[in-house]
Amino acid sequence: MSRTDPTDASSLLTVEGVSKRFGEIEVLRSVDLRVARGEVLAVIGASGSGKTTLLRCLNGLEVPDAGRVAIAGTAVDFSAQPAPRELRALRDRSAMVFQHYHLFPHRSVLENIVEGPVVVQRRPREHVHKEALALLERVGMANRAGAYPHELSGGQQQRVGILRALALRPELLLFDEPTSALDPELVGDVLTLMRDLAAEGWTMLVVTHELQFAREVAQQVAFVDQGRVLEHGTPAQVLRAPREERTRQFVHRLLHPL
Amino acid sequence: MTEIDWDLVLGSLGPIVGGAIRGTIPLAVASFAAGMVFAVVVALMRLYGNRALTIVARLYVSVIRGTPLLVQLFVVFYGLPSLGLTIDPWPSAIIAFSLNVGGYAAEVVRAAILSVPKGQWEAAYMIGMSRRTSLHRVILPQASRVAVPPLSNTFISLVKDTSLASLILVTELFREAQQIAAFSQEFMMLYVEAAIVYWVVCLALSSGQSALERRLDQYVAH
Ligand SMILES: Nc1ncnc2c1ncn2[C@@H]1O[C@H](COP(=O)(O)OP(=O)(O)OP(=O)(O)O)[C@@H](O)[C@H]1O
Ligand SMILES: [Mg+2]
Repeated sequence: MSRTDPTDASSLLTVEGVSKRFGEIEVLRSVDLRVARGEVLAVIGASGSGKTTLLRCLNGLEVPDAGRVAIAGTAVDFSAQPAPRELRALRDRSAMVFQHYHLFPHRSVLENIVEGPVVVQRRPREHVHKEALALLERVGMANRAGAYPHELSGGQQQRVGILRALALRPELLLFDEPTSALDPELVGDVLTLMRDLAAEGWTMLVVTHELQFAREVAQQVAFVDQGRVLEHGTPAQVLRAPREERTRQFVHRLLHPL
Repeated sequence: MTEIDWDLVLGSLGPIVGGAIRGTIPLAVASFAAGMVFAVVVALMRLYGNRALTIVARLYVSVIRGTPLLVQLFVVFYGLPSLGLTIDPWPSAIIAFSLNVGGYAAEVVRAAILSVPKGQWEAAYMIGMSRRTSLHRVILPQASRVAVPPLSNTFISLVKDTSLASLILVTELFREAQQIAAFSQEFMMLYVEAAIVYWVVCLALSSGQSALERRLDQYVAH
């Protein structure tokens, strides 16, 4: 059952004991997280540690085997198989930005942004179009509204990916390594937009290897290791003075790749 | 070699082209349209159906692809009457051809759906779409781009295969040619003439195929 739970009142996102296994491998092992409204949580961790799977569990793209997820009062308990209706209700609360954008190639930039609000949320088309154009305006892409994704640079595609998520008016934005598929010179535009969103008060969960961004924008950093949240705290704690040896090694390797 | 009888060539062109326009082309179009409906249904059954539906779909594809079209045509037209089910030449032809096309095109449609990257499903689900809406608005439009070239070839083959309908008494291009040939005894001339008319129709379809592909290409990187 989805329901409102007063204990979730202080945090917009609550993750409790979320576990997920694929066959033999335990990809998530009893993950706990809390993110307050308006906060940014940066999730870091090695390849294969389960970061993407964690995001997918929050968006209902993956169904956890156990645990509980609550986003803005919509809670789903995974100790029993949740009904599709519950998963959909949970999914409606968040929107995801993918590493490889996953824009719809057969639809224009504008159509990509309005598809969800118009087709799924059934909001009035003219209204949604106006909103989408304003969003494009703010990232300096109003003149690209009619372009198709393949006509855009990677940085532009990812900004459209972010606008597509924003247009859904979610409570929580999920970013899965939003800049790691981009050429280095295109990363800045995307990070700038994300920084602005954070400043505007969006609640965000960002899987990233951009430690600089995490340090400046996030209130919390979680280090995921082999499916567990091994260390969790402010950026200063986790990135500058990690308690755990594995965190120290990981951060060191990111800062000194050679 | 005998001289070409130009009066006969010109005189027979009317009925032969008429057979194409009134027989071959409508037969191919109707059979293809119905066949595509079978194809999409069968492809979805195989991809997303339960065990029973999957087995039915695979059996259908296997039977269609494992038996000659001419035999399928004869089963419908000459076979079914012995079970008390007599069907006229035209509907018989459309039934047999559309079932046949459905069997081949189902595999094309299935492969095209599978060729759409998984990320497209995820993006569709992410914005809140159900599986049905995702298929309809995100997956099938992209799959259709992939399916156009092979399906165009299927259609062109079908146009030629409709000549078999002459054997169940459908008046189409080839049956017109046969009748005039039997009457005039000019077999070589009339069958070459029929071949040329088929060729021209197929050339027109090929150029239509290219135009369609260009139009669908507008959203794909070149
Ligand atoms: N659908 C799946 N089926 C089986 N195994 C999977 C599936 N999805 C992920 N895994 C496995 O789960 C583990 C965690 O994957 P995940 O993608 O969550 O890691 P990640 O931290 O996002 O890694 P990366 O930094 O490379 O993106 C990996 O070992 C991966 O192979
Ligand atoms: Mg990942």
